[in-house]
Amino acid sequence: MIAEYLFFILIFPGLLFTAVLGLIVGWVDRKVSARFQFRVGPPFFQNFNDFFKLLGKETIIVKDSIHYMFITAPLIAFGMLVIVSVMVGTALFYNQGFGGDIIVIMYLLMVYSVMVIFGGASSGNVYSSIGAGREIKLLLGDELVFILITLVPIIQSGYQLQLTEILQFQFMNGAVIASLSGFIAFVLGLIAIQAKMTLPPFHIPEAETELVEGPLMEYSGGLLAFWKLNHFMMYVVFPLLLILLFLGGFHLQGLGILWAVLKYLLIVVLIIIIKNTNPRVRIDSALNFFWKYATPLAFVAVILAVLGV
Amino acid sequence: MSWYNKRLAKSIWVFHVSASPCNNCDIEILDLLTPKYDVERFGIKLVGSVRHADAILLSGIINDKVSPKVARIYQQAPKPVYVIGFGTCPATGCCFKQTHNKDYEQGHPIPIDLYIPGCPPKPEAMIAGVAKLMEVLNA
Repeated sequence: MIAEYLFFILIFPGLLFTAVLGLIVGWVDRKVSARFQFRVGPPFFQNFNDFFKLLGKETIIVKDSIHYMFITAPLIAFGMLVIVSVMVGTALFYNQGFGGDIIVIMYLLMVYSVMVIFGGASSGNVYSSIGAGREIKLLLGDELVFILITLVPIIQSGYQLQLTEILQFQFMNGAVIASLSGFIAFVLGLIAIQAKMTLPPFHIPEAETELVEGPLMEYSGGLLAFWKLNHFMMYVVFPLLLILLFLGGFHLQGLGILWAVLKYLLIVVLIIIIKNTNPRVRIDSALNFFWKYATPLAFVAVILAVLGV
Repeated sequence: MSWYNKRLAKSIWVFHVSASPCNNCDIEILDLLTPKYDVERFGIKLVGSVRHADAILLSGIINDKVSPKVARIYQQAPKPVYVIGFGTCPATGCCFKQTHNKDYEQGHPIPIDLYIPGCPPKPEAMIAGVAKLMEVLNA
């Protein structure tokens, strides 16, 4: 039993799988972005080289920083993503629960954002602090949308909070996205995920041109390697979560494997296309968008789900 | 170490310091980052913070006013970090050799590992220069 759990956490849906797949999908992201700009793009092992290079460099602990917070923030964020990927992965690949439901997942993903805020605010740099403040504002915007859209599959599956129960409902009655409320929630979910991953158009906290990577600015060496790895791991965690909630999970037999890969690539490519075709929005227009348009639309989706549409 | 140096050679992240340049080289660096030359093929990336950098691109004559700041930037970079003297100015002084605000006989505030001469050097010359750095790292 313990060996099985350790296998879940350390190898298959957990640490190793998410990290390696994340770095590979990070390469897909960089390559597709390069093709968007008529460039050739980096070689296949580029992200692995970056990661190992950063691990071997000197790690500078800033004198003015709050040391324990500065050091632990990327590691705790890494742990949170591993736990979320274990929960989502065991439900998707083994169809068994890992002792956590969808509320735990929402908490853990919020802890990730809080760790970005802690890491940025503790580093003693003005730009990092501004980046952390912007991350808080962005979190205020996207969190409510994210919670509301996860309510839609919960309501449709008869108020089930367990991931396996939601999957079971979709095996019986078809994917949630086939209904109108599910479709609206899926589209809003893609946008909310874009903000949660701080990708363009919502890379406001890490604005390279004015805040020079914001919260990550003072990080170097091994700690920066973990931040970069976290960023790529989110390319695995969030699409798998969307597949679980809206696209009906995986049937890993025969053609089902092909469908599984296609579902995953569909979401990743949609994320990359949104990322590459939109400029960065200002923080006020981002909040405007989330509070004025996205949140009411998410409410509409929830009401439609209650009505059974 | 050779395994690590090979990783480092494949992902050199560059931080650009303009230490009192005439802006000529800086414009040429922007040319280097256009899709036509695409340095991301070699894993080279321009980063905004010196804490992330593996190489410092230094352009300009590094006069007395900026040299303490350049030294401080060099101290802030995580080691190993390589300094690339970019253009003729860091190498020989070019037309600013007899300027009143820089004494070339005293040398530079930081050690420079690699010079890419030219006023300004062409993007091809810059890529060739960084490729020489990669050769040294791979050896």
